Amino acid sequence: MTQSSTQAAKQPTARLYGTATTPQAPVYSRAEHKAKNGTLRRRFGMTLYLVLLLLPIYWLVNMSFKTNTEILSGLTLFPEHFTLDNYAKIFGDPTWYMGYVNSITYVGMNMVISLLVALPAAYAFSRYRFVGDKHMFFWLLSNRMAPPAVFLLPFFQLYSSVGLFDTHIAVALAHCLFNVPLAVWILEGFMSGVPREIDETAYIDGYTFPKFFVRIFIPLIRSGIGVTAFFCFMFSWVELLLARTLTSVEAKPIAAIMTRTVSASGMDWGLLAAAGVLTIIPGMLVIYFVRNHVAKGFALGRV
Amino acid sequence: MQTKVENNKAWFLVLPVFIIVAFSAIIPLMTVVNYSVQDIFDQNTSYFVGVEWFKQVMLDSRLHDALIRQFIFSFTILLIEIPLGIGVALMMPTKGRSASLCLILVALPLLIPWNVVGTIWQIFGREDIGLFGAFMSFIGVDYNYASNPIDAWSTVVLMDVWHWTPLVALLCYSGLRAIPEMYYQAARIDRASRWAVFRYIQLPKLTSVLIIGVLLRFMDSFMIYTEPFVLTGGGPGSSTTFLSQALVQQAIGQFDLGPAAAFSLVYFLIILLVCWVFYTTIMNNQKDK
Repeated sequence: MTQSSTQAAKQPTARLYGTATTPQAPVYSRAEHKAKNGTLRRRFGMTLYLVLLLLPIYWLVNMSFKTNTEILSGLTLFPEHFTLDNYAKIFGDPTWYMGYVNSITYVGMNMVISLLVALPAAYAFSRYRFVGDKHMFFWLLSNRMAPPAVFLLPFFQLYSSVGLFDTHIAVALAHCLFNVPLAVWILEGFMSGVPREIDETAYIDGYTFPKFFVRIFIPLIRSGIGVTAFFCFMFSWVELLLARTLTSVEAKPIAAIMTRTVSASGMDWGLLAAAGVLTIIPGMLVIYFVRNHVAKGFALGRV
Repeated sequence: MQTKVENNKAWFLVLPVFIIVAFSAIIPLMTVVNYSVQDIFDQNTSYFVGVEWFKQVMLDSRLHDALIRQFIFSFTILLIEIPLGIGVALMMPTKGRSASLCLILVALPLLIPWNVVGTIWQIFGREDIGLFGAFMSFIGVDYNYASNPIDAWSTVVLMDVWHWTPLVALLCYSGLRAIPEMYYQAARIDRASRWAVFRYIQLPKLTSVLIIGVLLRFMDSFMIYTEPFVLTGGGPGSSTTFLSQALVQQAIGQFDLGPAAAFSLVYFLIILLVCWVFYTTIMNNQKDK
């Protein structure tokens, strides 16, 4: 039940029962008391959950602004000697910040490839019946379930043998293994929500398939495409195992570079925390852009 | 349900997907199959050993242990994350600024790279520099995830719940948004209790998203690697070594390609089997509607 609907419901009932019996003071029925308590309890529960959710992240942010001596000397809820040194170190060193560039490059490539191949395929699955369509769909989905660990070594050999090892495109292609099936799945859900009549009318009006697809159909499922791009970004951005195995220097993702903070003199906790914080920011930006579609998007277009 | 047109030309539309997925799925899979039946000494010397490696893998007690741990882990996190996710979805505000703010904040853990998730909890759980570890020792619990298997195990579970409950919550939230306001009005007229509203209106509408949620969570937890690897490194001992990690240890650490490949295939088949069961359930569920 929504908060506002409880509010809306309260007034008519209060007028109905309250004024009829005792006009001086508003009398709430038991159900209303319950509903009021329920809203309060819900707000409290949500706040508590959000606090618990954000606490570990806050701790990381907090630590990234501290010096290593302060981190190791004891627990402080706020940085006492506020410092940007950790961030300066990352932005001043190309071997550090190139990691971010590498990660964003292969994630972007992967998003483009996934969407380009998934769009026509999803259309085919949502509109036509053809030989082996169900098997094909299941086979695609089964790749989403393939553990990256299984493909680790073969991928390494495959991409080395075709000379793609340590390039951005290798990681982008490898991530297609799980992102393309997912993109087909989500887009198919959104496309099935568009009535077939639109296609038929367009064909009668003399549109050819490519023209119809680009001019009419794609604008119709814009939000679906946005959501799909978001999911592709998400799963490609967070994956490390394949990205780390397929790269050594040139295309090394930031997540793999972070392991450098372990040195002979011990862990550089502040630097590690700062690098971690910087990996969270692109995700936050992306989710901010799709926030209005996220509610529908997470149901993968199937509600 | 709309009827689809029979048209085999649709294959041309599917072809690009087929090629790209085949390149990154079928070729590597064939390599794995190839390894699994051969004993490889170096690049040029190898001989056929048949099902030898499969026999060895089936009888390997380390892998049995990893498999059992994996199942216990997957079921534990499903038991916690699914109800908790539903609860959070019910608590989330539905309108206005607070709703989008909540959405963004709840989705945040999903967008953190997995090794950073591990790092966050590695720091957070340490007694000397982490808030959680310090809190545990403050209330008098002897907590150390690096040396005590129970602590390590519960930290990994806690981390996964922290990391992935948002996915279930967001799935359920989008399911709840799809319920028309009429249903609630009808329930109000009938003076239905909160529980009845949940049981007879919200839960049935959530079934399809919950199936997707359980499916995604089961699969992803079944291939979990990075987070426990960063947090505990599979230890102490091998108490938090799950299937993926056991596999990577064998393939990269010991370079036992044959057994590792056989292990990969068995592992993949288990996932495929469970996936097929879920898929059939989803499809039947949609047919009933």
